[in-house]
Amino acid sequence: MAAEGKTIDALSQFELIPVLGPVGRAVGFSQSNAHMLLAVGLVSLLMLAGIRKRALVPGRLQAASEMFYEFIENLVTGQVGHEGKKYFPFVFALFMFVLFGNLIGLLPYAFTYTSHIAVTLGLAATVFFVTTIVALALHGKKFFGYFFPEGAPLWLAPIIVPVELVSYLSRPISLSVRLFANMVAGHVLLKVFATFVVLLGGLGMIGPVAALLPLSVNVLLVGFEILVAFLQAYVFAILTCIYLHDAVHLH
Amino acid sequence: MEHRDGFDDRLRKARTRQGLDPEPVKGTGGLPTGPWGIGFRAGVEVVSALVVGAAIGFGLDRWLGTFPWLFLVFFVVGGAAGVLNIYRLFNPRPGARP
Repeated sequence: MAAEGKTIDALSQFELIPVLGPVGRAVGFSQSNAHMLLAVGLVSLLMLAGIRKRALVPGRLQAASEMFYEFIENLVTGQVGHEGKKYFPFVFALFMFVLFGNLIGLLPYAFTYTSHIAVTLGLAATVFFVTTIVALALHGKKFFGYFFPEGAPLWLAPIIVPVELVSYLSRPISLSVRLFANMVAGHVLLKVFATFVVLLGGLGMIGPVAALLPLSVNVLLVGFEILVAFLQAYVFAILTCIYLHDAVHLH
Repeated sequence: MEHRDGFDDRLRKARTRQGLDPEPVKGTGGLPTGPWGIGFRAGVEVVSALVVGAAIGFGLDRWLGTFPWLFLVFFVVGGAAGVLNIYRLFNPRPGARP
């Protein structure tokens, strides 16, 4: 499909296609939504199966779910402190959703919903509103002191306040663009090199030998993409924790 | 008095874990710090601040009908916020853990 007409078509993999026939078309249920449901289902399955036995010596599933749980718990308490424990479910849900989205997207024929800016911006906007509401609820009017550091001369306020405000508003943008750009770049690279394999493979005698080169690059890239999938989910979670820390402690 | 099985040590750790004692200050357990990671992050921070600044300026201009003046002002403000973001990236606010 990628090498049709001997051109490289790296972006068609991000197209949304309605699934579930006429019903899906009517309500706009695309394969992206289907993969989100799949990810939520897999995360629920992993956690439910992991805690079902509650064995003293954990089996494989239990060890995996405990590992995820402890990883995020350490992250939240390490970054936010003990006041942050109530935000653990929020961070955990975000992390697992992003991680499974990234990982499922690496399987053949699967769709990466984190490669759409609409999805990542939606997640980042949720983080933004939650942290702002937490800060407002905990500190009330003092929250607005965040935009003007103590001890700065008052006549600088017309410059400092807009700059701080724009800096604060740029958080969801940078959070979402980082995840989105990483996923898109990785999948475009994979697709481009996969197309090279097909194009070179059709070059007669030396074709299959030459095609080995992009194929080996792709093998390396898949490994790298698995790393990126974990890393970006981690970055998303840790930045959420940092914003929560700012909201709770208001420095 | 120190117990031989490290009871005090374990008790202290358990108390810290449950939030009864203040946590010992740790080093930066923060973001990955590869050259590519830092570089990409810095770029994203600048661009996103610029985009937000330009968007605010453009929106205010559309509303007040003063194109292009507020757009220009907020473009500069966005640039300043981008530089501020980079500054925060390397020097977090005092008291804030990275």
